[in-house]
Amino acid sequence: MLQVNDLQAGIEGTEILKGLDLVVNPGEVHAIMGPNGSGKSTFAQVLAGHPGYEVSGGTVTFDGQDLLEMEADERARAGVFLAFQYPVAIRGITNAYFLQSAINAARKDKGLEELDTLDFAELLEKKLEDIGWDDSLIHRAVNDGFSGGEKKRNEILQLAMLEPKLAILDETDSGLDIDAVKDVAAAVERFRSPQRSFIVVTHYERILNYFTPDFVHVLAGGKIVMSGDMKLALELEEKGYDWITEAAAV
Amino acid sequence: MSESAIDQHVGQPYKYGWSTDIESELAPIGLNEDTIRLISEKKSEPAWMLEWRLKAYRKWLRMTEPDWANVTYDPIDYQAIHYYAAPKQQKTLESLDEVDPKLLETFEKLGIPLGEQKRLAGVAVDAVFDSVSVATTFKEELKKYGVIFLPISEAIQEHPDLVRKYIGSVVPATDNFFAALNSAVFTDGSFVYVPKGVKCPLELSTYFRINALSTGQFERTLIIADDDSHVSYMEGCSAPMRDENQLHAAVVELVAHENAQIKYSTIQNWYPGDEEGKGGIYNFVTKRGRCMGNNSKISWTQVETGSAITWKYPSCILEGDNSIGEFYSVAVTNNRQQADTGTKMIHIGENTRSTIISKGISAGVSQNTYRGQVKIMKGAQNARNYSQCDSMLVGDQCGAHTFPYIDVRNPSAIMEHEATTSKVGEDQIFYCKQRGIPEEDAVSLIVNGFCKEVFRELPMEFAVEATRLLAVSLEGSVG
Repeated sequence: MLQVNDLQAGIEGTEILKGLDLVVNPGEVHAIMGPNGSGKSTFAQVLAGHPGYEVSGGTVTFDGQDLLEMEADERARAGVFLAFQYPVAIRGITNAYFLQSAINAARKDKGLEELDTLDFAELLEKKLEDIGWDDSLIHRAVNDGFSGGEKKRNEILQLAMLEPKLAILDETDSGLDIDAVKDVAAAVERFRSPQRSFIVVTHYERILNYFTPDFVHVLAGGKIVMSGDMKLALELEEKGYDWITEAAAV
Repeated sequence: MSESAIDQHVGQPYKYGWSTDIESELAPIGLNEDTIRLISEKKSEPAWMLEWRLKAYRKWLRMTEPDWANVTYDPIDYQAIHYYAAPKQQKTLESLDEVDPKLLETFEKLGIPLGEQKRLAGVAVDAVFDSVSVATTFKEELKKYGVIFLPISEAIQEHPDLVRKYIGSVVPATDNFFAALNSAVFTDGSFVYVPKGVKCPLELSTYFRINALSTGQFERTLIIADDDSHVSYMEGCSAPMRDENQLHAAVVELVAHENAQIKYSTIQNWYPGDEEGKGGIYNFVTKRGRCMGNNSKISWTQVETGSAITWKYPSCILEGDNSIGEFYSVAVTNNRQQADTGTKMIHIGENTRSTIISKGISAGVSQNTYRGQVKIMKGAQNARNYSQCDSMLVGDQCGAHTFPYIDVRNPSAIMEHEATTSKVGEDQIFYCKQRGIPEEDAVSLIVNGFCKEVFRELPMEFAVEATRLLAVSLEGSVG
């Protein structure tokens, strides 16, 4: 599904990713861990197509398409979803309207008829019922005045509605709030499916107490320096990152 | 990426820039007492009206153009303008069938169908083309309710007492340079009188179109809401794309008697000039409402997207006790447009309240200024004002300015003022795009959200138009 080869990217002339390789197959859950500043967030942003980052080398293929050639919105409509670490607020636009716009943009792309407000409301209601959440966030402006936990839940709601093929969860700092961590972990478990893959970017192994990834990678110095499974995460919990970064001499 | 994208996108073509090929009857170029006599004669005005005009003109000659606004432009040559332009047509029209089809076509193309079959449901329209009103719909229907909705030129003839009583009673003929000029040479505009106790059953609307070359448009609108009456009035406007700057100096006067309510909505979409700032309308307008009666209310809502320069401060004089003044504004400037707009709320009566919500959006290399005055007079016991002025910057070459003037002479007043400035951030756009929303739609979404508090004040017919217009004005101005 996703193939990353020798990806090099940076911001404002500083190279951060220095040859990153990763293969994600359908249905797999990958955790990417690493010390602060190792490039985890950059990797998530580059995959999503943030215009602030420059890609200087390597390739990224998603479902056979050259992802790097696509605009951020094209990537999203192709099925790449990024749950933001710090989602921004949009005043005056309700979550419902925002989600409807997003869903209709995707439908338009696929040549499907756009959903009117009623059809959309029905879909949304069903989804909320599935997750077991009320509609308290729906009629508020997008992330406007939301608490950290509300923002996180809102990201997950969007994930649920947009049903991406690849969900990238940028949780670099969220280990600070244990409830948010639990919400994210629960979302991974709930929306895991043979057709959907996840990349969970995190600094804290604590999140892995709540779900089990198929693969754990350690990112250091802009490269994946070690890959393994859950055992690796446990080892990291015990020993920290230094032994890996030292061994890899980065 | 963002810089080049801004450059690349700025300069969305103006949709209403075409002109109608129609023969005009023009007053000789330039302004003198003969010009004014000619206009007055063309309109078959009574002697007092001509006298009033001449008095304003003589005063205007001694006045100087204001220079305090935060706008710059080359001096206007007032002798290079035609002060009267009318499409040639037969005298006195009995019905719409006699209106030149070209004119009907013009308005239809602007989305203002005037024909019996296609009229906008629930909206009575007065269509003004250059210096004359070409048609007023639903005139007869409104008459049944006692509502007078006429071109002001006709009202001067048919209801001289009403016009004479109120004209200049809110904006005196010599109030300011542009108001004096308007008083001297005004050609058409709308007149509305809503009698006691009547809630006007239709939205009233005027559409102004400048067409002829080298002309100015000087319309004058007068709305009177008698005791316990309600009226909602909307105005729209557009002009062809011309290389020259054209002057539009209007005066609008509103009078609200006891318990009366007037809601005045504007969508201003005059030609803004091209990307280099060539051409465009100078929109120098004096709009003022007088809440004369107790418990009266005047509400201004404006969406200003057009004009090369906008100089406009729709104001409320709150004389009656418990009277309410409101000002909701969205002003958008792009390319080289300049806007200096805001309001004045003058509190005179007791328990008077005013609300100001202003949203300024600047893009391109434009300058957008909010200028507002809130004045609480000595006798205005327990007056309240709430002001909120938000500016949004699109790109990094434009300017947003806020000049609030507050003058409180009664210690019981409660004043609140909030102001914010924000940027349509790359992060906001990226967030929308990451959800699959294309960039253009993302900008429109963000800006519409910003303006929501104002848009919800617009009548339904206008709200849709405003949302669409905003998207067009700013289309692609962000990267």
